[in-house]
Amino acid sequence: MRERARKIRVSCVVNGTAASFEAYPMARLLDVLREELKLTGTKEGCGEGECGACSIEMDGALVNSCLVPALQAEGAKIRTIEGLAIGGSLHAVQQAFIAHGGAQCGICTPGMILAAVNLLARHPHPDDTQIREGLSGNLCRCTGYMKIFESVVAAVGKVEKRA
Amino acid sequence: MRAFLPAYEMETPRDLAAALERLASEPGAWKPFAGGTDLMVLLEAGKLPHKKFLNIWNLADLRGIHVAVEHVTLGALTTYAEVQRHEILAREFPLLCRAAAETGSVATQNRGTLGGNIANASPAADSPPALVVYGAEIEIVSAGGTRWAPYASFHTEYKKMNLRPGELIRAIRLPRSHAGWKQYFRKVGTRRAQAISKICFAGVGRVEAGRIADVRVALGSVGPTVLHAVRAEELLRGQRLGSVDLPAAQDALSAEIVPIDDMRSTARYRRNVARNLLAEFLEVLAG
Repeated sequence: MRERARKIRVSCVVNGTAASFEAYPMARLLDVLREELKLTGTKEGCGEGECGACSIEMDGALVNSCLVPALQAEGAKIRTIEGLAIGGSLHAVQQAFIAHGGAQCGICTPGMILAAVNLLARHPHPDDTQIREGLSGNLCRCTGYMKIFESVVAAVGKVEKRA
Repeated sequence: MRAFLPAYEMETPRDLAAALERLASEPGAWKPFAGGTDLMVLLEAGKLPHKKFLNIWNLADLRGIHVAVEHVTLGALTTYAEVQRHEILAREFPLLCRAAAETGSVATQNRGTLGGNIANASPAADSPPALVVYGAEIEIVSAGGTRWAPYASFHTEYKKMNLRPGELIRAIRLPRSHAGWKQYFRKVGTRRAQAISKICFAGVGRVEAGRIADVRVALGSVGPTVLHAVRAEELLRGQRLGSVDLPAAQDALSAEIVPIDDMRSTARYRRNVARNLLAEFLEVLAG
């Protein structure tokens, strides 16, 4: 196949720190995060936007990083699972997942936690339906979902305002 | 098989004029790329035929929801999340908001756009039936100028549409003419969230003195394009609600839809559900 595209340099902010990488314009942001920036917390599940394992926040919106081309990350503010804990102190949603058995094998966990954090930013006091809708794009094959749901319920009201 | 990334070019035009110039420079070669929720899936599967993409995601001229007296105009890059959050759309165009809420997940709704949904031309898309019943028009721009087209006849056959090389969908306009109409939307999929439709039904009706004064019905996933059920509409128009000949209307609908067996459902199931949804729509009209 013909090689036409050249790698481009993309500058963005990842977890509050300026980041810059070289990639083909249509490389998946998921691969860039994992392979160029070595942020392997973001997982690949299906690679087609169905499972939510690669969920990250981009300019405050939850997105599937497998469906974002590298070029569109230019200038974006990105938050991954690595950006939630501050120093040694876990985010309230992470603590709740530990306390309530919300994580088992761990593949869906980073995406599930980002989806929950994003939900609580939009709806600080969600009802049951809002929680179910907020997590509905994230698939888990271990927990049966109830422990994840209970973890999110437990985190309500505990998310600190952070800069 | 994964795509060979160096084969794919992508550029970001500085504004709409530059984008249209690029599209005109090699007609058909450059494909607009918005939120990527369809194109990136094809890329990953190694099935993306185009090799040159124009990143239109940041074009301000294609963004925003503008409310005027007669119309609400949505920029082609309006996301499903933005549709759901808009108060006037929620009040006057609830079927579009429902379609947006039932398309993909939160993450998909943050990136998927109305213009992208139209240009991707999937017969299983959920916003087209709502756009058809609301009488939407679309604004199409090119380096040569601007034209408006009625949405109901925009899709001509499977994945074919009334869009020439060099043209770009700029906006979707909805006439604010359905105040007081009864409205009904139902998507039937395998799972309540994040499922592609087996069948999707949108209907609006104006009831006056116990009669169906006017009615519009459209369905997704029962033909090669969104299907405007004109024969069922004809049978229903003017009928008294207490004495609608439901089987005749269902037969008319059944005769004009052309569902197929595929990975998501069967023609028989889709035909039966289409009949049932028409009955449920009539209950809403009568309610």
